Amino acid sequence: MKILATLQHNDIAPRFDLATEVLIARIVRGRISGEPRTVLLPGPGSDELCSLIIREEASLVICGGIEEAHFQYLVWKKIEVIDRVIGPADLAIAQAITKQLRPGAIVRAIGRLETKRSVAS
Amino acid sequence: MLETEQTNPFSPDLIDILNGVPHGIALVDQDFRIIMMNRFLEALTGYSGEEASGIYCDQVLHSSFGRNSSVFRQTVETGVSCSAEGDIIGLNRKKIPMRFTVTPIVEPGEGRQAMVLVLEDIAVFQELDRKKELGPAKGLLGHSPKMQEIFELLPVLAHTDSSVLITGETGTGKDLLAEAVHQASKRGKYPFIKVNCGALPESLLESELFGHMRGAFTGAHADKHGMFQLAQGGTIFLTEIGDLPLPLQVKLLTVLDDREFFPLGSQKKVRVDVRLITGTHRNLKQLVQEGKFREDLFFRLNVLRVHLPPLRERVGDVRLLIDHFLQMFATSFKKNVKMLSAPALRLLDSYCYPGNVRELRNIIEYGVNICRGEIIEVEHLPPYVLADVSKASRAIAVTRQSGYIDSGEKLAAQAVSEIPDNVSSWSAIEKTNILAALVQTGGSRTGAAKALGWGRTTLWRKMKEYELA
Repeated sequence: MKILATLQHNDIAPRFDLATEVLIARIVRGRISGEPRTVLLPGPGSDELCSLIIREEASLVICGGIEEAHFQYLVWKKIEVIDRVIGPADLAIAQAITKQLRPGAIVRAIGRLETKRSVAS
Repeated sequence: MLETEQTNPFSPDLIDILNGVPHGIALVDQDFRIIMMNRFLEALTGYSGEEASGIYCDQVLHSSFGRNSSVFRQTVETGVSCSAEGDIIGLNRKKIPMRFTVTPIVEPGEGRQAMVLVLEDIAVFQELDRKKELGPAKGLLGHSPKMQEIFELLPVLAHTDSSVLITGETGTGKDLLAEAVHQASKRGKYPFIKVNCGALPESLLESELFGHMRGAFTGAHADKHGMFQLAQGGTIFLTEIGDLPLPLQVKLLTVLDDREFFPLGSQKKVRVDVRLITGTHRNLKQLVQEGKFREDLFFRLNVLRVHLPPLRERVGDVRLLIDHFLQMFATSFKKNVKMLSAPALRLLDSYCYPGNVRELRNIIEYGVNICRGEIIEVEHLPPYVLADVSKASRAIAVTRQSGYIDSGEKLAAQAVSEIPDNVSSWSAIEKTNILAALVQTGGSRTGAAKALGWGRTTLWRKMKEYELA
């Protein structure tokens, strides 16, 4: 499975529609496989981000505030969305892997994932 | 003890005071981390003040303003309260437009600075602004009693599914009213299809309205949906219904009664759910008497009838529309035109507008295009307006001689008499303009032509015409 988290610096971006970076992690047997990568988006926009999520075949999205229409769209596409998450993206992903992450969670800890940046086409 | 009670009889906690305010309020530090939030903001965000403490405010609020936004930074740098409009995404995943006001406060003694962030829901104001912008009916403007009656009738028309017949002279806004009725109705989210019955020959119109099957006639290479099918769920507006050929009137009547029809060349009935609005500038009753319009169709269409008044009967609306169109075209053409001069306004007030609002719109568009300054003068208006008003004044003079004049004509005559004598004809105005342009450019024909917005040849021809060459 793939987890995609909207990113602002190293934290979950406060807004889905304003996010310009995402962190994508591949999860194999409950562990992050390989190096998670950061994708820079051409610009903010919910529609473009939804397209990227579908293109990347992510099965879980971790984000901040998201509008109902886009939330429902992703759910309809059978993608789980954990929204209103605050805190470092790496820790949020770690909690999501262990099924501990809930909507509205405030994740507080220190620790970062090493990421490799690429630009979305 | 007693003295203390007198000087400070009641000192509630700050948070209790903030909880009583019906706006979101947060106290944030210099880095815009939450120190405390009032209950309203807690409900809005879904986080408690305790949970949110120490977290950057944009993360808690899910706001369009980041902590590095200029509004926040400006407050820190200048120490002056700043506000700006943005939005947040609330607990219910709804985007709420907000006015953010940041006010710096300094702690007495310690000198520590903090910020009070107030979030005011401005959704209602934005909705009001939008409604004000659109008016009672999108694109339809008017303060006159006759238009007010129409605006009052609009919700009634929108609430029902009955056929509406809109009558009125050309250019009175029949199309706009039809669309406004559609938009305000429960069919508003479905298509609004407009068909001009006078624009197409009978055979084409039938195909246009009801569609055809492949091979129904020469050139029908593929199946085509008619406008009735395209308007499924919505509204079809048949304008110039008085021009609908008799054979099609029968078919239309059948559609209205049965809600189904056969497309051209098809053996399969098509069922439609469409509301019909019709419009015409003709007198349908008279057409019925002349045998040009079916009486049964007339009764079927004439369920709800609205008559749009001509502009000359809309007291006070000319000025309102002038201002509206002036602003619209000045913005659209990026011109600095601000107003009309008093004589130009008097001239437009006295004009009879046979083309109604559409004509007034065109006159203002002409004026904004021609005017090179900030004020549209009489000479910037189309020549025919002046000619028509002059003609009207001559007619009034004749009427005066016959001993009868009504109040409207009195006004027109007064307005015309106030137009300066030296602008009595368009030729005179044009001649004056040419001379002024030549003087301005020191006799340079190229410069004068450019100033007048003409080609050199046009200027030369006009100069010859006015014996200036």
